[in-house]
Amino acid sequence: MRLLTHNMLSCNIKGVTNGFPLAIEATTVETKEVDMNPDFLRHIFPKLEWKAFRDASHSLGVDDLPEQVDPDMLLDEEFLRRFHHALLEVHLEEGVLICPETGRRFPVSKGIPNMLLNEDEV
Amino acid sequence: MDNLIVCLIEAKDTTTVHSKIVLTSALFFAPSPRTRIAEVRLVGRHPEVYEPCDDSFALVDALLADKAQLEELKPSLCLEVGCGSGYVITSLALILGNCSNSEVQFLATDVSEAAVHTTCSTLAAHHVNAEVVVADLVSGLEKRLDKVVDVLVFNPPYVPTPEHEVGVEGIASAWAGGDRGRMVIDRMLSIIDSLLSSKGIFYLVAVTENNPGEICQVMRCKGFASRIVVQRHTDEESLHVLKFWRVDDPLDQEGPTTPSVSPRTSSLHRTFSQRLARLVSFK
Ligand SMILES: C[S@@+](CC[C@H](N)C(=O)[O-])C[C@H]1O[C@@H](n2cnc3c(N)ncnc32)[C@H](O)[C@@H]1O
Repeated sequence: MRLLTHNMLSCNIKGVTNGFPLAIEATTVETKEVDMNPDFLRHIFPKLEWKAFRDASHSLGVDDLPEQVDPDMLLDEEFLRRFHHALLEVHLEEGVLICPETGRRFPVSKGIPNMLLNEDEV
Repeated sequence: MDNLIVCLIEAKDTTTVHSKIVLTSALFFAPSPRTRIAEVRLVGRHPEVYEPCDDSFALVDALLADKAQLEELKPSLCLEVGCGSGYVITSLALILGNCSNSEVQFLATDVSEAAVHTTCSTLAAHHVNAEVVVADLVSGLEKRLDKVVDVLVFNPPYVPTPEHEVGVEGIASAWAGGDRGRMVIDRMLSIIDSLLSSKGIFYLVAVTENNPGEICQVMRCKGFASRIVVQRHTDEESLHVLKFWRVDDPLDQEGPTTPSVSPRTSSLHRTFSQRLARLVSFK
């Protein structure tokens, strides 16, 4: 699971109002290189919740993203490279995603998050 | 001529990727200077994962026929619910990925973990990047997908069955649709409005038993126009691919039950489906 996926997920248990972002407990993290596509990065940038993304990157051991960002940074090659790496190359292979409100744990196994709920949670 | 060649390669087992080509079909589209090739191979098999079949092919044919419109739409986010083997989402990515639209984000969900893993292998074998999640429809994604999905595709479990067969573990959940085959379809229809962007398009596979006309009526009440873009009869079922999009004025739309496939496209569908039918009998 890449951090792009993490940025899209929230806890949807019935009654939960503050299910985003999910905290990450990482067991195995892998890096898989992919070609950088600056257009994709520029396109996705305004849609990301930056703070959630940056905090998540910390949980996976990536510490070089700035706290404050603005679209001008997308012109900077060095920033793009870091952004690309954290968003698309770092994978959470094994671990758990945790709801900030209820503590409900969603497993990530073989790189796939499982967001299924039990009957009493929907 | 813009050639789009779809090859289905049948893998012998989950580990052999190089394998026998059983079908090569050339589809001809509106004149364009470029030649594109989309090859979708079935790279993994799992007894609990739905293998691409007539319904999957009908859906991909509908997407192929709409290629120009989908490109023009400039989608940011495409989502497949119930991705199974990954055949459809991979095809969609290849259909869109060969144009300048490199910014598109692809997302796929399935309730079956085995299906999601198979989808990952299919995507990887075709160098397609997509986010994949084990989810019930879009569970866990609904908050961040609020009205941002530009292309949504769903080939649901549509076979009429007793209700208790719906959503159980195993391959049955790939086809078991409960009363009139509508249990999962109706749950999906109720969330379309919260998912689709203002320019969004939703493609849905349905069979006659699901009452496609009534599905279109239901969607019309929610403010969506509709059209049957593919209609196809196989030995076992009568398949429809329905297409939905938002209209400001619910009355300002074409009749939902009129198939509006152009003669050229429908003959194209027929040839393609005949060849695919042969593929299926080959297996
Ligand atoms: C008819 S198969 C289609 C598979 C693939 N998209 C294709 O066209 O070949 C239906 C798929 O939907 C999945 N499915 C069934 N119920 C679902 C649900 N509630 N949420 C997500 N996926 C579901 C099944 O696991 C199965 O993979």
